[in-house]
Amino acid sequence: MASEIIQQIINGLIIGATYSLMAVGLTMIFGMMDIINFAHGEIYMLGAVFAYYFTSLLGLNYFESLAFSIILVMAFGFIFDQLVLRKLRNEPTLITILVTIGLSIFLQSTVMLFWGPSPQGIPSPFPQKTIQFGPIFLTPLKIFMAVITVVVIIGLHLMIQKTMLGKTMRAVFQEKEAAAIVGININRVYAINFALGSGLAGLAGVLLGTLFVVYPNMGLIAVVKAFLIVIMGGMGNFLGAIFGGLILGVVESMAAGFISSSYKDLFGLLLVMLILIIRPYGLFGKKY
Amino acid sequence: MRKEIRTISVFSLVIMAILVPLIIPDEYFIHLLINAGLFYMLVAGLNLLVGYLGKLTLGHTAFLGIGAYTAALLNLKLGATFPITLTASILISFVISLLFGLIVLRLRGPYFVIVSLCFAEMLAIVAINWISLTNGPMGLPGVEPPKFYFPGLFEIYLDTKISFYYLIFILIVFITYIISRLVHSTVGRAIISLRENENLAESIGVSAFRYGLIIFVIASVFAGVAGCFYAHYVSYVNPEIFSFSYMCTMLVMLVTGGKGTIIGPFLGCIIFTVLPEALRVAKAYRDPIFGIILIIVAIFFSQGMAGLFGKLWARLKERKFP
Amino acid sequence: MYLQVENLSIAFGGLQAVDDLSFHVNQGEIVSLIGPNGAGKTTTFNLITGFLNPDKGRVLFKGKEISRLTPNKIAQYGIIRTFQKTNLFPGVSVIDSVVMGGYRQVKESWIDILFKTRSFHAAERVLQEKAKAILNFLGLEKKGEYLGKNLSYGEQRLLEIAIALAADPELLLLDEPVAGMNPSESEKVMGIIAEIRKKGITILLVEHNMDVVMNISDRIVVLDHGKKIAEGLPSKVQENPLVLEAYLGKGFIHA
Repeated sequence: MASEIIQQIINGLIIGATYSLMAVGLTMIFGMMDIINFAHGEIYMLGAVFAYYFTSLLGLNYFESLAFSIILVMAFGFIFDQLVLRKLRNEPTLITILVTIGLSIFLQSTVMLFWGPSPQGIPSPFPQKTIQFGPIFLTPLKIFMAVITVVVIIGLHLMIQKTMLGKTMRAVFQEKEAAAIVGININRVYAINFALGSGLAGLAGVLLGTLFVVYPNMGLIAVVKAFLIVIMGGMGNFLGAIFGGLILGVVESMAAGFISSSYKDLFGLLLVMLILIIRPYGLFGKKY
Repeated sequence: MRKEIRTISVFSLVIMAILVPLIIPDEYFIHLLINAGLFYMLVAGLNLLVGYLGKLTLGHTAFLGIGAYTAALLNLKLGATFPITLTASILISFVISLLFGLIVLRLRGPYFVIVSLCFAEMLAIVAINWISLTNGPMGLPGVEPPKFYFPGLFEIYLDTKISFYYLIFILIVFITYIISRLVHSTVGRAIISLRENENLAESIGVSAFRYGLIIFVIASVFAGVAGCFYAHYVSYVNPEIFSFSYMCTMLVMLVTGGKGTIIGPFLGCIIFTVLPEALRVAKAYRDPIFGIILIIVAIFFSQGMAGLFGKLWARLKERKFP
Repeated sequence: MYLQVENLSIAFGGLQAVDDLSFHVNQGEIVSLIGPNGAGKTTTFNLITGFLNPDKGRVLFKGKEISRLTPNKIAQYGIIRTFQKTNLFPGVSVIDSVVMGGYRQVKESWIDILFKTRSFHAAERVLQEKAKAILNFLGLEKKGEYLGKNLSYGEQRLLEIAIALAADPELLLLDEPVAGMNPSESEKVMGIIAEIRKKGITILLVEHNMDVVMNISDRIVVLDHGKKIAEGLPSKVQENPLVLEAYLGKGFIHA
């Protein structure tokens, strides 16, 4: 029994880490730009879809596809920000939300035009066997997922803390006007931030698309979970997004394992609603 | 001058609406109008919440579904007739939206948006999985058309498209009247003040929470009514009714028609039901176009078509009376 | 005592923004709250009007404690405020904004609203008339149809006062009402404030403009770094060395 619990927890942590990627991307975008990006789920989906096309149709190797998908998705984010979001910097939030919803509808339905009727998987480059670590069973794919999410998150953290770009981003995050006064190109920073956030979503898409399947509607439930995590952790809170993702992953996994698989998504939602009732600004959030 | 014009236009529109199915008795056309009408009940309520109060929700379909399932279950399991299913849909939507609102309306903008979306998703999951109650993904077929059955007195059975049309017409008149009265009163001013500047509104005595709750409940009850009507018209209710796709359609209709106006929802609903048919646009292409329209309208025409007409009208007036 | 602030304290992070502040305002007075930038004046306003909750201490109005009420409840007691940064209803016309301000004044029941009863029409008429009267009082009657966001800065500040007046205040808190105005505009506003007091409304003012403050206030309360450093008649406060030090720094005191 105990080993089963640990197994579920580890499973949950690995999937939760991928959720964290998405949530961090979302919270970066919200924290800096005050934009609630409803298209985040579709960007996640695009990452998966691109990876699928690269591997299955163009025959590229998995890691190349991963890289190209993320780059494409980041480019898309950068362009969308510069073309569209740039015009909306001073508009009320409702307008930007509607625009991102519009983008979300557009992306999802356009992909549906090209996609066949059934979900597809991104072929994994790893052998399917399970490796045993003490009481836990893991597949190479899951290990890869765990490693890459940890590496990316640490890399992101280091980038933000140590590099010039990171410092610039933090400056804009904290005090836009002051940052502009000292000569920082706010627009460029916003675009980079949006691109980075999108890249994280795209990466999450590829990973989960390999672990599970890819289909045009996959973005919706993903973005809902990402939002829930961001809410749990507090809007704009990096650490909160990471912990929130892990918590959600574990809660889902335990619920799926011990209560019911079909209702597992429900538990995540209930959990967050409960948290919000007790702490309306999230577990780590402050009055916004 | 303006008041007379308005009364005359409203009156003529009402007369036209009454005569339309008699002039064009084409079944499919009436079906389109009924669809537009169904969406209107949803969009008009959404307009109160999003357009007038300025609070975005993504969970409006939750109450559409609640109303529909209530009506379907009561009719199929207990043989309840329309007056009963309608009352039940209203009551249940009222209670659930009140409870949900009490818990959730203290949350600031983005939080509320997401939680409302979650609520709809949660209901969808329940509807899919609670097979003993809702029959899961197979749904509940065979809901009867509206029946007004008073044993010994009379029995009206509305099973033709035209009768549906008039039924929904009456509901729409009621809903529009209530909304219009609400909006041109203290309540309307209070919610607009909250939309324009919540802090300022609070500082003169307007409670964001109280009005948020009032409007949320009203909008949700209207959605429940739409759901009840939907069940009796389409005869078949399944978990698809909670889909985010309907929510997006409502939003596109609202924003394009003109949020924060009385006529906006009418324009939006008619344009997006009749036009796609008229243009013979394949269904698969509709959604991508919807998405683009939403983006363009949100950026360039945030007042929607109602706003455009309003500006045109103002400019015309300027020309006439310089 | 009308408004009583007792031992009010609030800290943000490590910064004690308001520190054990106590003062009072009597009915019918005009009291000014002054102090260098960052002294905690607007924070005090926010604490009194419910936009912030104090860590310690309390606020009483007419003997009733209002410390932890929400802003709208405090407004319902008749305590109305304006804001330091211009706060309007941007997309709404001037006259409609003032009508909106009259929210507190008129009660329309559901029956009234749904059935367009006579009391409904009467209430609407009263609101319109009062709004027009207020616009006249402030000299904005010609700008009725303009959208709030299209007014000049000075006019916008007047509109803010109009909206506050429409809310039927017993105690009016004005946060830097003449900030950014030229001398003639300031004079006009000060005249208006004097007229408002004549109507029986008690006023608590935050202001930087010393001429204005000295001329119009019955009493002055001076804050520095969140603490009260002086209180009393304008002439006395003007001579208080602590006050001079707070504003001018230590090197400038001369006998």
